Amino acid sequence: METKTVETNFKSEEYFINMGPQHPATHGVLRLLLTIDGEIIKKVEPDLGYIHRSIEKMCERDSYQQIVHLTDRMDYLSSNINNEAVCLAVENALQLEVPERVKVIRTIIGELTRISSHCLWWGVMGMDVGALTTYFYGFRDRELINDIFEETCGARLTMNYNVPGGLMFDIHPNFIKRVKDFIVHFKTKLPEYDRLLTGNVIFHKRTKGVGILSKEDAISFGASGPVGRASGYSCDVRKHHPYSALDKVTFNEALKTEGDTFARYLVRIQEMWESLSIIEQLIDNIPEGEYRVATNAVIKLPKGEYYQRVETARGELGVYIISTGTKNPYRLKFRSPGFSNLSLLNHIAVGGKIGDLVATMATLDLVIPDIDR
Amino acid sequence: MKDSMKDFDDLDKDIMTNQELQELIGSWFPIPAMEKESDAPKVVETEEGSEEDTVLEEKIDPSLLEFSEEGSQFLNIMVQQEQLHSLMSQLRNNIETNLDYLFCLTGVDWGTDLGVVYHLESTTHRHSLVVKVKTPDREYPTFDSVCDIWKTAEFHEREVYDFFGIKFNNHPNLKRLFLTDEWEGFPLRKDYVDEINMVIK
Repeated sequence: METKTVETNFKSEEYFINMGPQHPATHGVLRLLLTIDGEIIKKVEPDLGYIHRSIEKMCERDSYQQIVHLTDRMDYLSSNINNEAVCLAVENALQLEVPERVKVIRTIIGELTRISSHCLWWGVMGMDVGALTTYFYGFRDRELINDIFEETCGARLTMNYNVPGGLMFDIHPNFIKRVKDFIVHFKTKLPEYDRLLTGNVIFHKRTKGVGILSKEDAISFGASGPVGRASGYSCDVRKHHPYSALDKVTFNEALKTEGDTFARYLVRIQEMWESLSIIEQLIDNIPEGEYRVATNAVIKLPKGEYYQRVETARGELGVYIISTGTKNPYRLKFRSPGFSNLSLLNHIAVGGKIGDLVATMATLDLVIPDIDR
Repeated sequence: MKDSMKDFDDLDKDIMTNQELQELIGSWFPIPAMEKESDAPKVVETEEGSEEDTVLEEKIDPSLLEFSEEGSQFLNIMVQQEQLHSLMSQLRNNIETNLDYLFCLTGVDWGTDLGVVYHLESTTHRHSLVVKVKTPDREYPTFDSVCDIWKTAEFHEREVYDFFGIKFNNHPNLKRLFLTDEWEGFPLRKDYVDEINMVIK
């Protein structure tokens, strides 16, 4: 396309605007300080801390069983995977072998959580770029997963289903049937998602070539999850550092090389297919056995340092525990995926338009409590 | 759409086991005691030179690097704060180590010392390494910033500055990230006291 420079009498001037903390596209209380020239973004500076609760400091006060409950409140859309991360870290430190049944159930529920999170993301993503219908479609299917969770453990969002040593309760007798029903249902709905949004011309114009992140930058910025994989960076923790029952299943890592907003969209759609396939491989083969092994009422980790990585719906969550041998961790750090993914927003949004920033932010899939912790 | 994923399967070929990783890293930074013995006396060994110089430039005095595997699944290196930046840039740029992914940067208050822990991973070789640095200076703790090596460090170092008061030289924008500018003290330090907002058991 030929570009023409038009001489005008208007003076170019940079000015600041606030986006958030209550902007609907920030999906929470994130404030962005935008430096803009007309509609072109010159700089994006996130202002964080509106819902910072200092979970890391609270963890230094709490026992390991209590910490599990705090992690629900970080990335609340992947709450079960966050719980699992802390439980795995504690179990590895204690060298506690959990039963196979626990591993399989944890993986199934983890993948259901991922689908549920991606459903919400897909609905909100469409809404951010102006397609309101997606919101209702996404929430309709997510509701079915939340119902399964509710029947399993009584909670829909902050599940607290994992405890160090296993699970809090055994699965509900209806669990297997309902999950199978969901798979059948969702396999007819995912192509519907594609028909509604993926092939939409307006959606393509809003997302293709927008917010491009190269592979080198993705690694350097510590991008993980679908954001990294859309740039061709193979960073799936489930593949490279498998945990629970993920070493027993075969699945493809969803990878794209374009690195733009549309690639990040496609990676998440593919991940939903892969998660369905993982659940299908496991749901008929849940081994019999105990759902929990007994641990001491007061868990004391041996002196040392423990690091556990898991793949949440947003990317790599790291739990870094420094223990001095007491019942509380000396220092506990959560390496949250959203925090690193947010740090690259300035890099990919500069030079674009404000409207593109909304689409770009939607595919970073930021959850603010995960960033603020 | 599902078929396009198969093109990338060959990317996973480079993954090595933990044992291979240890041997590989051990050959660059030789450690006399490689056995994992939890109840053995302290395995912190000090390297006295030898092959070190082939990997690291003369700028780094190898006798000041401490290697340890005790109580951690990674190989730990304790480095002096003056040598932090030159070691880090070599770990990143050396083709054999190529630790290009800084996946965790943690500030730690060790009671007397303040320090930073860097978790590094190579996306090509798939090995990991932990670098630690600490300083007894609680008044003005300062390290060199590594955000020119890994861009993700910019945000993480701001977080560490916010909660531990550790300053980073050459950081482009070192200011509070979560807390307000007028906040007094650094909350994640062990000696931080806030009588109103903190519940102390």
